[in-house]
Amino acid sequence: MGVLADWLGAACLTAGALLSLAAGIGVLRFPDVLDRMHAATKPQVLGVLLLLAGVALRLRTPSDLGMLALVVVFQLATVPVAAQMVGRAAYRSGRVDRALLDTDELAGR
Amino acid sequence: MTAGRRSGRDGSGPAGPPPARGAGPSGPPPGHDGARPAAFRRGGRWRDQALALGWLVLTWLLLWGDVTWGNLLGGLVVGAAVLIFFPLPPVTFGGRLRPRALLVLAVTFAGELVSASVRVAAIAVRPGYRPRGAIIAVPLRVRTDLNLALTAEVISLVPGTLIVEVDRDQGVLYAHVLDVRGPRDLTASRDRILAVERRLVRAIGSPAEVRQLRTEPVDRRKNP
Repeated sequence: MGVLADWLGAACLTAGALLSLAAGIGVLRFPDVLDRMHAATKPQVLGVLLLLAGVALRLRTPSDLGMLALVVVFQLATVPVAAQMVGRAAYRSGRVDRALLDTDELAGR
Repeated sequence: MTAGRRSGRDGSGPAGPPPARGAGPSGPPPGHDGARPAAFRRGGRWRDQALALGWLVLTWLLLWGDVTWGNLLGGLVVGAAVLIFFPLPPVTFGGRLRPRALLVLAVTFAGELVSASVRVAAIAVRPGYRPRGAIIAVPLRVRTDLNLALTAEVISLVPGTLIVEVDRDQGVLYAHVLDVRGPRDLTASRDRILAVERRLVRAIGSPAEVRQLRTEPVDRRKNP
């Protein structure tokens, strides 16, 4: 039981680290602020969730689990808001490369 | 996990004035809830505050890591102080929780979070690929603040879409779509956002809001 949880935890940690790495590469490589925000929200959040799951499987004490659950909740609740604020600020200050946009239904609003 | 956050949001909702305005720009101004009966308003307000306090105390206990009388008391004091000194506009929760729909919402959300992450990660590491994007406007069918906030939050974490701007008066979300290859991708993203809204409303909306889902989304932008 303990061994299985350890292995599962290790798998979660590895997967989370890889996703976070991919998110970092995306933030570096994507051409535009809005694209970068995609990389900074989805793989990053799942990466953190997997890392926390891995830590939880390794620690297995109730008080730590409570704290980790809090981190998960606040990650899920705050990351989209932060990304939206960054994207909105970028859009409003004109730091969006319009050549990369196929359609822009927000234009002129 | 997701379900817990949902109901937590309903109680301690940071998301602005009362929903159920529905009258649009000509309706009562934000924060003004004179449209509802006084008794309900009073009762609802106290219930909301008590729920918020409960969630704050729970957060406090989780932060300390163990349940003792001292922590409980400390949580109550801190929670009450937060509610008194940082009052938020009331978010009334007019709907009801439906366990099965909540489960559907949570499971789809988890699945979409995984597929979205893998997709974005794959685009990120594909050599020499420059994705094209688009910004689309999606008018929601249920225009309450709670629905607007939760839908925006969820679709930022699911495949391909990210909220750029929210038009609260008109109930329109503006989403950035990553990796657009043609008009079909745009239609698909629009449908996906409306599907998220449908699952959310089915999980926590009031019966009237669920009925509203059957109507076609109307484009309420001033100059479409």
